[in-house]
Amino acid sequence: MLRRIAFRVDAGTGMSVSVKGAAADTAFVVQVEAFSGPLDLLLHLIREQEIDIADIPIASIADQFLAVIDRLGLNDAADYLEMAAQLIRIKVQMLLPQPFDDEQWEDPRAELVRRLLEYEQFREVADWLVSQANEHGSRFPRGWIPDPPDQPPRPVLMELEDLLLSVERVIEAMPEPILHRVVPRPLDVEGATTRIRSLFEHRDELGMSEIVGPGAAIVDLLSSLLALLELARIGFVSLAQRQPFGSVVIRRESTDAAA
Amino acid sequence: MNRLTQLLEAALFSAAHPLSVDDLRRVTDDASREDVRQALTVLGTHYDADGHAVELIEVAEGFQIVTRSAFAEAVAEAQIVRRPRKLSQAALETLAVVAYRQPVSRAEVEEIRGVSVESVLRSLLERGLLEVIGRGDGLGRPLLYGTTPLFLELLGLRSLDELPRLEELSVALRPPSERGEPTEP
Repeated sequence: MLRRIAFRVDAGTGMSVSVKGAAADTAFVVQVEAFSGPLDLLLHLIREQEIDIADIPIASIADQFLAVIDRLGLNDAADYLEMAAQLIRIKVQMLLPQPFDDEQWEDPRAELVRRLLEYEQFREVADWLVSQANEHGSRFPRGWIPDPPDQPPRPVLMELEDLLLSVERVIEAMPEPILHRVVPRPLDVEGATTRIRSLFEHRDELGMSEIVGPGAAIVDLLSSLLALLELARIGFVSLAQRQPFGSVVIRRESTDAAA
Repeated sequence: MNRLTQLLEAALFSAAHPLSVDDLRRVTDDASREDVRQALTVLGTHYDADGHAVELIEVAEGFQIVTRSAFAEAVAEAQIVRRPRKLSQAALETLAVVAYRQPVSRAEVEEIRGVSVESVLRSLLERGLLEVIGRGDGLGRPLLYGTTPLFLELLGLRSLDELPRLEELSVALRPPSERGEPTEP
């Protein structure tokens, strides 16, 4: 009983295997991704054909199995190849004439059957786990269950040349820097007024030199002088010079007068 | 409810995972295991009798307050909770093998499943459903894996004893015609 196995690629679902029965002309489609391993595929083939697991037609099954893995990607096929080798070995052993003393003869399929049954048991357990998880999943616990850690980001793979080219592109895209020359701004009358007012916040009496500060430019000196005269006019300070060319003493007037 | 029952309710309400009787005893200085068990029964009965939307269940060798399944749809559809992510068939088969054969090495799991299980083991370890519980005596002293309390919690099992006995899973031994499976899709 040989079956033809054809492959086609579905745009949406990826590769699918369609196995055409020779006896019944109905085709069925199997997702390759749905097989969780060679035992799964083997069980699938056995079940589809309603084969007695204790009496597997090994030659036919081996051929079908080989046809399927023939088209699988090599990485995926590694586990399947191992199974294929076993199937072929069993097939060969079955062809050998049986010894006359039947007591000694062991069915070469026995180990495979044992594995299949064991595997099917665990498949059933897996199904049970799903039903159990679904049943329990409808009862939500109080409290926050952290999500599993995210996959670490994939390392960035690039050639050194590409990296350097990128750097060059970025540098080229950068605008030419515009340079400014910073020129100290001369103190104007308004600025000088503010400065003098702030100086008088802590003291009541200041000398002219203290207001102007050391190393003042002529512009600053004039600004300060004009500011002082203006402040004296509005009554914020009083100016006194005790003798000609003597130092000028600047005194703050009472707060009321300043206001 | 007496003070012990209230304390237990507070502890269970604030916990993210099931609390064992010994965990719960720590909320007071003088409660015995028996006191705690009795108080838990009072709390559970209280939830049941007074029509609360939550119930007290025994899971993962501990106790947990959970919502009743009758409200699952409403709560989940409102996106107030996220259901746990579904496990792949490969992950489920691997969990099944480890659950029954633990402590078990990777090679033993691969022998039963017939495929390489390296990546699926890693993702189950990351999800906290499996853990390394020792090293075998074999060549290279292989790591041995086992299931975690989170595994029990995910399935709502009190302990591993609640897993079905393999002998009870007799479907595999029956001929295909008796399994009641569709043979032709």
